[in-house]
Order: sequence, then C-alpha cells, then structure tokens
Amino acid sequence: MADKQATREAYGKALLILGAENPNVVVLDADLSKSTKTADFGKKYPERFFNMGIAESNLLGTAAGLAAAGKIPFASTFAIFAVGRAFEQIRNSIAYPKLNVKIAATHSGITVGEDGGSHQAIEDVAIMRAVPNMVVLVPADGEETRQVILASAKYYGPVYIRMGRLDVPLLFDEDYHFEIGKANVLKEGTDVAIMANGIMVSMALEAASDLAAEGIKVSVVNVASVKPLDEDTIVRVANTTKAVVTAEEHNIIGGLGSAISEVLAERQPTPIVRVGLKDTFGESGKPVELLEKYGLTKAALIKAVHEVLAKKQK
Amino acid sequence: MTTIELKRVANVIRQDIISMLVTAKSGHPGGSLSAADIVATLFFNEMRINPKDPKWADRDRFVLSKGHAAPVLYSALAEKGYFSKEELKGLRQTGHMLQGHPDMKKTPGVDMSTGSLGQGLSAANGMALAGKLDGKDYRVYALLGDGEMAEGQVWEAAMASAHYKLDNVTAIIDYNGLQIDGKTDSVMCSSPLLEKWQAFCWHVIEVDGHDIDALLAAFAEAKTVKGKPTMIIAKTVKGKGVSFMEDQAGWHGNAPSVEQGEQALKELREEAANLG
Repeated sequence: MADKQATREAYGKALLILGAENPNVVVLDADLSKSTKTADFGKKYPERFFNMGIAESNLLGTAAGLAAAGKIPFASTFAIFAVGRAFEQIRNSIAYPKLNVKIAATHSGITVGEDGGSHQAIEDVAIMRAVPNMVVLVPADGEETRQVILASAKYYGPVYIRMGRLDVPLLFDEDYHFEIGKANVLKEGTDVAIMANGIMVSMALEAASDLAAEGIKVSVVNVASVKPLDEDTIVRVANTTKAVVTAEEHNIIGGLGSAISEVLAERQPTPIVRVGLKDTFGESGKPVELLEKYGLTKAALIKAVHEVLAKKQK
Repeated sequence: MTTIELKRVANVIRQDIISMLVTAKSGHPGGSLSAADIVATLFFNEMRINPKDPKWADRDRFVLSKGHAAPVLYSALAEKGYFSKEELKGLRQTGHMLQGHPDMKKTPGVDMSTGSLGQGLSAANGMALAGKLDGKDYRVYALLGDGEMAEGQVWEAAMASAHYKLDNVTAIIDYNGLQIDGKTDSVMCSSPLLEKWQAFCWHVIEVDGHDIDALLAAFAEAKTVKGKPTMIIAKTVKGKGVSFMEDQAGWHGNAPSVEQGEQALKELREEAANLG
C-alpha cells in the first residue's frame, strides 16, 4: 500500500515554501482555512493572510485588487464556492483583466463525501476551462500538487487549481516534472491509452497493470494541465494506440474528457470512452462508496478499456 | 486647482461626455454627468497621480465601480493627458481602446476593469491591503452608484474594509437617486444609506456632490480619519448640467442624437461662459 496524502495537505505545505521564498505571496480564505489547509500559512505569516469570512464574491474580488497592486494572491475555498458563488468575480475581476490571482480550490468532486451533493463541485473544470485567460490545473498527488503550486506562483496570470479532500496515493517523487501545458506519459503502451487527472491517475495506473496481465498494453497519460492542453502529446499517443479512455472525477460534460475529445475530433479522430460522472450530482456517503456507486474505479476503467477496444476493432 | 478651475474642468468633462456619446451613438450619459464634479475634483486636485507614468507604484488608485460611467473617467483621463483627446471619438468602437466599460488592459490610467456592478469596492480593498503591506501611503478611491447598493458584494466588501481598518480607502456614492427602472428607492429601497454605512463601521460624510468646496473638504477630512474607511455620500442630480437630462431615468443608458447633443453642448458652453 502506497503512502497517501490529500492534495490539499500538499497545498498547505507548498504555501509555506512560497511564503518563505516570495514576500509578495499572500493568501486569502473564506472561513475554511483549516479545511483548505491555508491555516498554517496564516499562522506563520499572519500579516500576509486575510480571512475574508464567509463571503466568496468578496474573497475573489479582493484577490483581484491585491494582484492589481502587485501581490500574488492565492485565494482558497471549496471548489463549489469559488467557481459557483464567485464565478462572475473570477470572470470579470480576474480573468478579463488577466490579473495574477491563483484560485486554489479544494474539496472538488464527489470525494468530498458525507457533506453531500451540494458541496461536491462536479462542473468546476468545465466552467473554468471556458473562461479566456484561465489556466486550469488538476494535480494527481501530493508531489504534483507541490509542483503545481510552485509553477502557478511563477506563471503570471490567473490559474485555477483543483484539489481534493481525500487522501490519495503518492505517485511521484522529486524526479517527476510538472510543467504548465505539458501532459506526462507515465506508461507507454500500444493498444489503448487512459488519459486521466486528479484522483483517477492512480486508478489508471492500477488498471493498466491489471490489463497487462490480460495482454493489453496500456498507455497512461497524466493530464494535470487541462488548459493549456498538451495537444501534441495527446495526438501522438492517440495516433499510436488508436483508442482512448478519459478519466476524471468530474461531469463527463465539459471537463478533461471533453477537452481531449475536442482535440482528437479535430486532429486525430479516435474511438473514445469517457469515464466520469454521467451528468449527475453526487450525494452523501463515504468517498470510497461514492466512487464505487458513480463508476469511478479501477474496475470501471477496465470496463471502459474493453468498450473502447471493441469500438477500435469495428 | 482653485474651485473655479475645477468647475471649468468639470464643465469640459461634461462637454466631452456629450460629444463622445453622440459620436458613439450609445453609452450612459445620466450617471456620467452626475459624477463629473466628483471625478474632476479627484483627478485634478485630490489624487496623487502622474499621467506620464500611469503604473507608478506610489500613485493613488481610482476604481470606477459604477463602470457604465466610463465616459466621465475617459474624459478626465484625456483632459489630464493620459492619452490624446482624439481617442474619445473611438468610444465603444471596434478596435479602439475605450471600451464600453473600463478596461485596465487597454486604457492607460484605468486602475481596474469594472462594469459588472458590485465588484469595485472589493478590488479597492485589495489594493489598499497591498498598500498597507508594502508600507506605501497611497490612497484608493472607489466611486459607486446608488443603484449598486443592491448588490450583496458591496456589503461583503464594506464589512471587510472596516474589519481590516482600511483608512486608506475613500469610497464615494454618486447618489443621484435614479437607476434604469426608475427611482432607486422604488426599484429597491437602499435608504437610509448614512445609517447603513455607519452601522458597517465606516466614517460617513454627506455632501452635495456638485459643490466642489464641499467635495474638497470631504476628501480632506477622509485623510484625517484613522483606523476606518470613509464613505462620502454625494447627493447628485442624474444628467446634471443638461436641462432635459436632469433627473430623468430615461437618460441612464441612451445616447443623445446629434440635435440633442447640440442643444446639450449649447447649454454647457453657456455655463462655461458664466464661469468666466
């Protein structure tokens, strides 16, 4: 069993690195700092930490003003409130003027668990991806989160970072290299590719191992950078495998599966099966049970691989 | 600048607003004209700014939260020398820099992109927090509309300005009493504004928003207030300076025709002549 860490935990630790490195980094939260893990930054750098109370519109609007005056604000709350409540502040006060705000959202997807469907953002990637000037990043584990946060601080412009509540397996070490706009091919195979991000990456790797035992050679591509999308890598891999499964903890409408489908439809038409929430809200329950119920498991990926291979053979 | 000089500037700004909107054939005259004296006083007396260095780190900032009044801001910026007055003819035209609502990426001197109501004070607060962090003494001015008081975010921001003791923030309400659908208090009652802002722990000053001396005194007073932000509730007349536009909700978002523009300019030129 691999060690586990929630991406939000890694975020909190990465903020401490940034805090020491760059005096212009400031952090804002909306009364969820213990959950989003920004609280440690707040303790260490109280003068650079702003709790805005339960007021997400003002959270993002204030971050815009801080950025306009030269700061690098990381604004944190749950994904549902950042993207949902404050969408238009993100759109008009941050993305339209291309201000240097990092929207670091935690508690995305159904692995929020017991709090239920009202708190499980399943459409945030779709919404953020549609906004011009916005970079959209979905790290898979703790190490990738650390690199995503550091890369976001170096990049000038708005970035949406999607993180989770649940402890997930640690997949990468310091030799791993994340870059905005680059996908990482974690495993090369010739029969089918699984292109995943977030919590689905570890499941994709496990599915690939199981499928290897069946004699099916699977490529696994980690697409943490949903926007900008590494089109060339996606096309190159699809050109080799001629069959693609996408996997995300998000609605199948508008997220990673859509982004990859768009690219392949235009550049490399390829049989594809999208694994994700089938245009449905989540509900309360243990995260593992919800993943099972909504078809976000290794078994679901294996099934999807067989489906897409059947399509490929037609 | 002296009071009479500021009045002349406000008059020129009003003439520019009319000319711009006649050329553009669209835009918002009422709330631009009502804010002309406030904006003239800010840009030509109050604010520490340098048109040759629009991004100067130590400058005072101005956030036009009621972004539809962009013409009053553009006119002040052009008059101040941020860009050529020729640019005013390009208002709202494809490929020109003067957007329908302020765009900080396109227009020198615009400190924040605004227009979607309710968002300006939050941005102003962010700039003010950054100023305090950096130990800078610049001030941040935000101009809001009275119709905008219905936006919830205004009150989120109001709470935060006071919570963070942002005495480097001065906000102004252009209290002209009208919005698109009619009288502000009949569309959505926001009265009493004085008591509301006081209850949010702001220092509040009420002035006649067309009385330059009163505006100058209010801005001076705001600078002496420590530990809390200042709100200046400026009572104004929508469409001020053009007889047929004054206090008419219908002139919120309609541009004057060429003939109406001529009539308006005639009145404003007469006012200028009277100012000497």
